[in-house]
Amino acid sequence: MTGIISRRFGGKRRPAEPGRIPPGQYETRDFQVLSAGPTPRVALEDWDFRVVVEGCEERRWAWEEFCALSREHFVRDIHCVTKWSKLDTEWEGVSIDTLLAGVQSEAKYAIAFCDGGYTTNLPLADITGGKAWIVDSYGGQPLAPEHGGPARLLVPHLYFWKSAKWVRGLRLAKEDAPGFWEALGYHNYGDPWREQRYWND
Amino acid sequence: MTDAKPRTVRAPEILWRAAEILEILSETPRVKSLWLRVPSWPGHRPGQHVDVRLTAEDGYQAERSYSLASAPETALPGREVIELTIERLGEGEVSPYLTEEVRAGDRIELRGPIGGYFTWTVADGGPLVLVAGGTGIVPLMSMLRHRAQRRSNVPAWLLYSSRDFDDIIYREELDRLAAADDRLSVVHTLTRGAPAEWSSFERRIDPEMLASVAPRPEMRPLCYVCGPTEMVESVSNALVDLGHDPERVKTERFGPSGD
Repeated sequence: MTGIISRRFGGKRRPAEPGRIPPGQYETRDFQVLSAGPTPRVALEDWDFRVVVEGCEERRWAWEEFCALSREHFVRDIHCVTKWSKLDTEWEGVSIDTLLAGVQSEAKYAIAFCDGGYTTNLPLADITGGKAWIVDSYGGQPLAPEHGGPARLLVPHLYFWKSAKWVRGLRLAKEDAPGFWEALGYHNYGDPWREQRYWND
Repeated sequence: MTDAKPRTVRAPEILWRAAEILEILSETPRVKSLWLRVPSWPGHRPGQHVDVRLTAEDGYQAERSYSLASAPETALPGREVIELTIERLGEGEVSPYLTEEVRAGDRIELRGPIGGYFTWTVADGGPLVLVAGGTGIVPLMSMLRHRAQRRSNVPAWLLYSSRDFDDIIYREELDRLAAADDRLSVVHTLTRGAPAEWSSFERRIDPEMLASVAPRPEMRPLCYVCGPTEMVESVSNALVDLGHDPERVKTERFGPSGD
């Protein structure tokens, strides 16, 4: 439909750096919390991260093993489908490339699975090649539980629901299948620059 | 949330529609309700929200999400009327416009309904525990209005935290609903002082308050918690500490700049 001009609407939050704020988003300096249920509780001694390939467990790291993997420190912009974007967020964690090194598979898709039952689906090509991490540090501090600690997936080039909190592993599969929000009407891919919020966008 | 793995929602399409503002009601000094007619509105479930989009003359657009306050029953085919309840945020971009600038007869763009998890209909059963902070009452009010419209006998408890007495949204309607329904309990708490005759709680929601208001975990209530982030975090943690099943606690959070 054609846009309706809103009389006397000026807009107070025009982005200072328009090229960094996707359409329909506004910049915030807060770090908001969004989740569908209570923050899950898991003791670090019970935590592990698993890579499951077509039903078979290929890799497993306990917390201390995960912490011993080679780490990357990086700064990215993040974009939440609820309209906020936050620029220059600082993270530290392990590249998905490191976690999948040596895994043999014809899989084209990944499902991230999490404490609390949350899942999200992604093309494998979107989490490899230096595009995604399992992070356990935000702003130089351990990742807080309400933000997904002890560790969350971070896929900054897609809407932030793809960056699953409390992540416990990746399932690689040949077939794509919708995750939690994707099955509830949100977009299957979620590119903020193409404003892929809902399934028919 | 695993056992609530939802059915795939693939229809209807979430399309932008031109909604006409029919009426604007003042709820509190900072909160207004907009009644809108939305052509071809596909219907909603209580708890869902819409996206509103404003466009400036130069083409700049701003979008925000607002919960639906009305029961689905007010938007029957041919009527297509919904209510949004909106708090004016001082630093906001969209909410000051929607609460101060718009007039009956204006049209705004919106699309929805959106969100399929934080929803409740009478078919979901109960008992029902609703915990609200501030404008977090809005999606829960849609649930209570739906429950009343359907004459549901699902037992329901609402614990609702507001700053001051004058900040209580839908106060008289909640009084009427509770007075007419033995199976609905409405309990208020005020966090920034109360009138002299106030006889209910005067503090932030805490585990003791939840334990005294909500049914026991053995009754396996469905719990919906909506409000500012810190309140939702503390209430949902407290519900789990009290023994409630985390998979039956659903949350929706309004961040500080959730305009």
